[in-house]
Order: sequence, then C-alpha cells, then structure tokens
Amino acid sequence: MSTTTQTSTETGTRAWTGRAMPRKEDDRLLRAEGEFGDDTPIHRLGHVFFVRSPYAHARITGIDVSAATRVPGYLGCLLPEEAASLTEPFMEIQGPPEGAEPEVDRCLAGGGVVRFVGEPVVAVAADSREAARDAAAAVAVDYEPLRPVVDARDAVTPDAPVIHAQTKTNVAWEGLYDWGDVEFALEHADHVISVDELHFHRFSSTPLECMVVTAQYDPGTDFFHITGGCAMPQITTLMMASAMRHPAERIRIVSKDIGGSFGVKIGMYVPATAVALLARKLRRPLRWTETRTEHHYMGGHGNERWFRDVKLAVQDDGTVLGLTYEALDDVGAYTRYEPLGAAIWTQVANAAYQLKHLKVRYRSVYTNKGPVHPNRGYSRLQHMWVVERMMDIAAHKLGFDPVGFRLKNYVQPNQYPYTTVNGCVYDSGDLPLSLRKALDLIDYEDARRLQERARGTGKRIGIGIGSTLDSGTNNFAQARLINPHLPFAGNTEGGLVRLGADGTVYAVTGGVAFGQGHETTVAQVVADLLGLTYDDITVHRGGDSALSAQTGFSGSYASQFAVTGIGAIINATRKLSHEIQLVAGAVLGAAPEDIVLEGGLAKVRDDAERALPFDAIAGIVHFAPGSLPPEVADEVGLVGRAVYRAPFELPDLEEKFGNLTLTYATQIHACVLEIDEETGQTAILRYGMVDDCGTPINPMVIEGQVHGATAHGISAALFEHFGYDADGQLTAANFYDYHAATAYDMPSLRYDNVVSPSPFTPIGAKGMGEGGGAPLHAICAAIQDAVGDHGMILDSYNPPEHVLRALRGADAEKVKVD
Amino acid sequence: MTVADHTTVESPAPDVHAIEVVVDGRTEEGTVSSRTLLVHWLRDELDKRGPKIGCDTGNCGACTVRWNGRLAKSCMILAVQADGTEVDTAASLAAEDGTLNNLQQCFKKHHALQCGYCTSGMLMTATDLLESGEEITDRSVRRALKGNICRCTGYENIVRAIRAAAGQDVQKPHGHEEGEAQ
Repeated sequence: MSTTTQTSTETGTRAWTGRAMPRKEDDRLLRAEGEFGDDTPIHRLGHVFFVRSPYAHARITGIDVSAATRVPGYLGCLLPEEAASLTEPFMEIQGPPEGAEPEVDRCLAGGGVVRFVGEPVVAVAADSREAARDAAAAVAVDYEPLRPVVDARDAVTPDAPVIHAQTKTNVAWEGLYDWGDVEFALEHADHVISVDELHFHRFSSTPLECMVVTAQYDPGTDFFHITGGCAMPQITTLMMASAMRHPAERIRIVSKDIGGSFGVKIGMYVPATAVALLARKLRRPLRWTETRTEHHYMGGHGNERWFRDVKLAVQDDGTVLGLTYEALDDVGAYTRYEPLGAAIWTQVANAAYQLKHLKVRYRSVYTNKGPVHPNRGYSRLQHMWVVERMMDIAAHKLGFDPVGFRLKNYVQPNQYPYTTVNGCVYDSGDLPLSLRKALDLIDYEDARRLQERARGTGKRIGIGIGSTLDSGTNNFAQARLINPHLPFAGNTEGGLVRLGADGTVYAVTGGVAFGQGHETTVAQVVADLLGLTYDDITVHRGGDSALSAQTGFSGSYASQFAVTGIGAIINATRKLSHEIQLVAGAVLGAAPEDIVLEGGLAKVRDDAERALPFDAIAGIVHFAPGSLPPEVADEVGLVGRAVYRAPFELPDLEEKFGNLTLTYATQIHACVLEIDEETGQTAILRYGMVDDCGTPINPMVIEGQVHGATAHGISAALFEHFGYDADGQLTAANFYDYHAATAYDMPSLRYDNVVSPSPFTPIGAKGMGEGGGAPLHAICAAIQDAVGDHGMILDSYNPPEHVLRALRGADAEKVKVD
Repeated sequence: MTVADHTTVESPAPDVHAIEVVVDGRTEEGTVSSRTLLVHWLRDELDKRGPKIGCDTGNCGACTVRWNGRLAKSCMILAVQADGTEVDTAASLAAEDGTLNNLQQCFKKHHALQCGYCTSGMLMTATDLLESGEEITDRSVRRALKGNICRCTGYENIVRAIRAAAGQDVQKPHGHEEGEAQ
C-alpha cells in the first residue's frame, strides 16, 4: 500500500494524529458493555407502541381505543386530535405554495388523513413491551381509502390525487438551475447523447439498531429528558421545542452508543415528540423501541429520483461540454428534511468533471410512500450517478476508451482550487492518479484479458469505473436556494475540553458518533496539542445537549467531523492550553507564551527545572485560587469551549452561485464482475477503492469508513430496494424482503489511497465517510460493459431480472446519439 | 389472536413460568410469560447487553448466543424453552478482569467493528466457527457469517479479524505500519 503524501498544511511532528491508533470505543463494545438505546435500565419504564396505517392514502373516519383500555398493563394513549391540540406543525424548509396552506406534519397523522403505509395514528403506552403491543392491536381505526399516488411521474399529472389537500399540489418545491449556456452547447456539440429517462431507486442504509427514544418528564422542573440515537441534537431539540411549545433549554437530549444512523436518524424528532407528549401526560418514563418493520416504513428512505430528457453534449475529441435533465425527486409523504435535497446535489454540480454548462429543472414531489431522510451520500450520489452513467453511456456509444474518456474530462490536479459551474470550489485532489491506482487494484489489463477469454462461455465479464466525490462541511446558506427567507448561513461545530480537579482531561465534541470513532480521533488530536498521551485523554461518549459542546448545526451528517468537529476540538484545546499557560506562567514566574506543554508538564521553555505537572495546575485553580494573581484566577476556569466556523459567504441566490461545501474528498472505484447469461446473476470478482480525504487523522478509521460505504453501495446496486406496489404497500418491510448484503454476498475489498491535503481546513483533513455512492456507478458501468451496448443500464438497481432484461436488449431505444 | 381474545377472556391462571438458566456461567432464576422471548429476558431482566435486536425475523443475527454450546438466535427462542439449559452471551468472552480474549483482540486490532451493534453476535458466530474445526478460509468465514448482518464495516475487517484469530497472516489495517494498533 503506497501513500502519496503531498506537503502538509501544518508543519511540526505529531505523536498521535495521523496514526492508526486502536479505537477507544472498542473495549466496551467487545465486552458487551456498550449502552445503546434499548439497553438503559430505567425504573417504572413504560413502553410505547404505535398504531400505524395499513393504507397508503386514506381518511380516518373513526378511532376506538376502548378495547385497548381493557388490556392488562395499559397506561394510556395519544390520539391525533390531542396531538394536534398540543403541538404546532413541525417546521418546514419550504414555504407553502402561493395562496395555499403549508403541509401538515405532526407526530401523529395530521388533518384526519394518513399518507403512507406505516404512518403512526395512535401512540399507546403500557407497562410492558408485550402489553403495549397488545393494546395497540386492540385499537380499532376506521378508514375510508383514498386513491394513492406511488409514482412521482404520476404525482405531477393534472388528474393525480393531491396528497396534501391544503397545498393544492404534489410538487413540494420546484426550481430551475441554469449555469453556462447548455442550449448553445447542445446545438454546437459534435455529438449529443440523449436518454429519455433514468431512475435512481429507493433504498436506505437501514442501521442495524432501529430508532429508540426514551422520554422522561420531570414536572418539578418542567424538563424533558430524551435519550436515544440522536444524530443532530440541537436541530432535533429545536424541532421538538417549537412543536411542543416548550422552551428548548428545558429539553435535554442525550445519546450514548448509537447502532448506526448514516443520516436517517435525523428524523428522530417526529416519533420522539409523540413519546415525550405521552410521557408528560402519563407521568411515566416511556420508551419506544422501533421494530425493523416500523423502521422500513418510516425510519427514512434515501431519495428516489427520476431523470428525464437527459442530454450530454460531447465533442469529437472526447471533451464533454455540458449536461441537462429534468429531475423528479420522490420525497415520499412528508418533506421533513426535504426539499433540501433540491439544493444539496448542487454541491457536486460538476461531479468529477470539467463541465461548463449545466441545466436542471428540479421538482421535489410528494408520493404516498415513506418520507425520505438524508441517507449516506444524500442527494449528491443521485446526481453523480446520472453524470457518471451518462459519461459511461457516451463512451460506449461514441467508442471512447472508458478510462481515457474519464481521464480527459476529470478536473485535473493543476486546476485546484477548481471553481464549478455554480461557484463551488473543489479544494484539492488527484483524480487521474486515483483512477490509475484503482485500476491497479483490479489489475485492469489482466481483467480485460479475462473478459476476452470469457466470451462465448455463457459468462460475461464487465469492468466498471465509479468516479465520485464526497462533499463535506455544508454551507447551510444553500437552504436559501430553496427558501430565501430562511436565516441559515455558514456552519459551525462546537467542542469542549476541560482539565478536571485532579488534572485529568475530558473532551466533549458536538458531533455524535455512530461508529466513526470520534472518541479515538478526538483523543489523538487533543493529546498532541496538550503534550499528553493518547491514553491520558477521556472523550465523552455520544452527545449531551446539557454539556454546552453543541452549536445549532451540531451533529454527525454531511461528512464533516474531520473538519468541523476536529476544528472545534482544536480551538477548544488551544483555549485550555492558554489557561494552563497563564497559571503556570504566574506560578513559575514566566511569561505565558514561554510555557510549553510536554509530557504532562507545563514547562518554562529551555529551563528543565521550572515545570508544573497538570494535576498541580488543576489543584491550584480548583482549590487554591487565592494563591493566584486575581487577574489570572478571574480568567481561568480550565474549561476550553470553542466553535469552529467554516469560512463561507452567502451564495448569490439569483444566479444560484457560490461555494456550498468546504471540502471534496474523492472516491474512485473500479470493479470486475461476472454475469451469468442464463440467470442474470452477478458476481463481483475484484473490487478496488481509492480514497483521497486529505491529511489522515486515523488511516485505519478512514479505511473502515470506505469499506462501509462500499458495502452500502454494492448492496444497494444489487440487492436493496424499497419497492412499493400499486396500492402503496411497501414490498420490503423486513430483512427477508429487503436484503442487506451479508459477508457471503460481498467481495474482498482492496483499498488504496492518495493524500491531497485540503488548503481550507485546520489540519488539511477533509470530511469523509459518506462515500458518494461510487459502487452504484461502478457496478452499473460494469454491467453495461458486460452487456455491451444493445441493452442499456438506466436504473441504479440491477437484480438478476434487470440484468437479464438488459441482456435481451432492454431500454436500448431510450438512448439516442445525434 | 383477535381483539376479543385478550379483552374478554380472563385466563384462569396467570401465564407465568419459573425458569432456571445458567447464563454466562451463573445460575439465574426468573419468572416469564409463555410468550417472552429469550432475548427479551436476557436483556430486560438480566441486563445482558450482548444479545441485541436488529430485526424481528431472525435475519440479522445481532441476538446470537450459544445455547447448550450451539449457536442460536435468541429472538427465535422462547424464554421458557431455555429452562434448565445453558446460555452464553458475548459477555462471557472476556476474562474476569475484562481482558479481551484472542478473538476480541483481533477484532480490535483489525478494526472489525464500528458502531458495535452487531459485534456481540459476530463474536459468538466467530467463536462457534473457530471451535468447529472447519477449515478457516476467506470463503468459509464469509459463509459462517451469512446469518449476521453488519451495516458498518462491509465485513472485510471482520473476515480478516477472524482469520487472524485462527492464526492466519492477514492484511493489517491501513496505516498500521505507522501506528502500533496494539
């Protein structure tokens, strides 16, 4: 494994940062001593079970809970009318359409209508899990079924039923993005590749731990204490506070160990509000432990997107000029975090390429399906998939070598920082080197020979490339592209590092980890800055809104921790260092700037005799402040609390132009797969991934994230699909029907990396982890390569039946070359 | 079961059963209803955090334990069935003083866990495989893990960790040469 190291942005040696330190999290998890949502024992804990809609679209005509009240152990319930009277509708990003009322989104079905299968209608509490389930089963709800809309293409037709009657339309948001002059490019290009329609399918990362919410209400202080896997604690607090008309500072949200989120748990505030209201009403601590089926109904799906009327302009020499398409983004029954996806994709408008012209008409569309939540690669992977698919199709149709065609059009190493068509700034990278390394990982030349040899054997070999970006650290001003009245701008994260009374160090980050090893990477960075060892640093597990480490945007999403979380911890540690220097300087009779922190001591520079251990400094501050000069004692609390502010400006809303993300990690994948001509079965023979996320903090953790994102992509491309039938019934409501890849389905993964430090971040690191969906791109390309170009791969989901259809020439007529 | 079943019919005797199970080497007594799943009894009554629930259908393997020495998914077993038997959860793997066993150390060294939710089940399955006498290869490990879903790691490092625990020389985590990962 070779590492190409470019000049680091920060000089000086680091003892811990950059090394593959074993994780601090592991011992407790390996000993089965972690504490996940359902693990915490609580006295007198009651359990909540939701009565859910069996219909995709129906009017509620009656609810009878009398039988439930007779179930032994029944504690009480929350009905939609009561929820409506106790709450305001949840805040939404989009404004209502002109002359219409906003969408109704509450914790239980709003407006007397259910809008997707699995929508909660009644919350029932009882004194055991079993009793809650029985009582919920005894609730009788009468429905008058309405015609459902399950396809976004139907939802925008004039005679479609309207899912939110008060909004009068199924289009939640609509906008035009038009950069450059794509009409000119299409008119004058040597070739135009046109595709009628491509489809990016619906799936999600389906974390193994479903959602768990425990709500305790203390009437004495009027406090809600919420425990659960909360990936975005302050936004969640704010959503709940405004919905429940309760001060945000009297809602405390605590997360401990979290069994995965991958973005989707950002939607926690919806069920958490119902559980909290019921806990207050019944004066009992209550827990809702989501079942797998419930999670598949409403735990959050990834965005399903239709790309229509897609056109790519290409020159004879292989130069790609521009792209245009119409997007119909199927957001399901409620917008929740949407329609932010309508802006998020523009972070990677150019994908990995030097496009000059791009025009997209984008509509976010309601359907009677589970709501979408941000999911690993959120909204960017859909766009990058269609770009990469069009590049691949163009190479096939115009006879360009797929490697040379990509190399020619990639943003080149000497072009960074590279400004995209919409003013985003790609910070650094080396895509050609990454591609060459990826091809080495699959032994590309040998794979081509393998492909030749397979001809006529009933098996076909295909080779595919997936080029993608993992944009990280959002400029939240991009929300203003959706709604100019929103107050968002920039981004911050918080961190807190303190020296306890005995001189031990405790660090708290605003990011909330669910497997990314934040305790590990924070400890590495803090140890270096304080001159301590890795084992000296204790890092708070999970998140706690009462610990003041969080800012409004705190949380783990959008591939940002290595920049924002670590940036805040660095700033907080520097504040603490400064305080230690003040105290040591006062005691040792030296200027604070002459105090260096090394080996657990605060020492006077170049004077080995004059030094104070950290426990002595802590002891003086905590117990002998009277021995310090007042101006030092008054200033020093030995708590460094700081934010990291990502440097952003407001985009030009008229032109939709400006920088929307700070860093762009890159992922270049290559795969070799074999398809069986008789069955359409796919087997991945070789899989290579090349990551570039700037200066590594812990290379082992990075490689692990790359593995994980790759598995999600491979599994999504071949196995996972949240399909719905014509009645709006989910066809994959458990792990039988929704096949998450097992170890037996997965190929061995080969990893390599390139290091292009970001010039814009504190230590040259880039956020990473989401991965950008490269396996979807690579696998579609490989299947296309195996099929040849008589059948076209126009869907991101390719189970054996789709592969067979492609082998028989499916969808060839949808692709035209002019 | 219909609504009437549990609203109008009062069962003549309470539906409870006394059970005695040796869990992680300790005899535990309990009173459970007929329907109580073993996984719920282990978790709710004994605070055993090894077995986890990740699905309702026996697919995910997060609840995997050893039951009288055989691998079993504790969400597929009623607690009453466990009466008079032995159950081992992942909590039994480390030494009394918390020292990780060889397999656990290999998981740590090879970064075979991220969120940790599937880990206990993976460890139990791997323990069973390693004791089975089956030849340990990339393929045999993957086949053995078929009933355990992990959504974080992509399995690669889990497979490597198990092979390392079997004494095989496997690829180290990236950056290992600079760090000393244990």
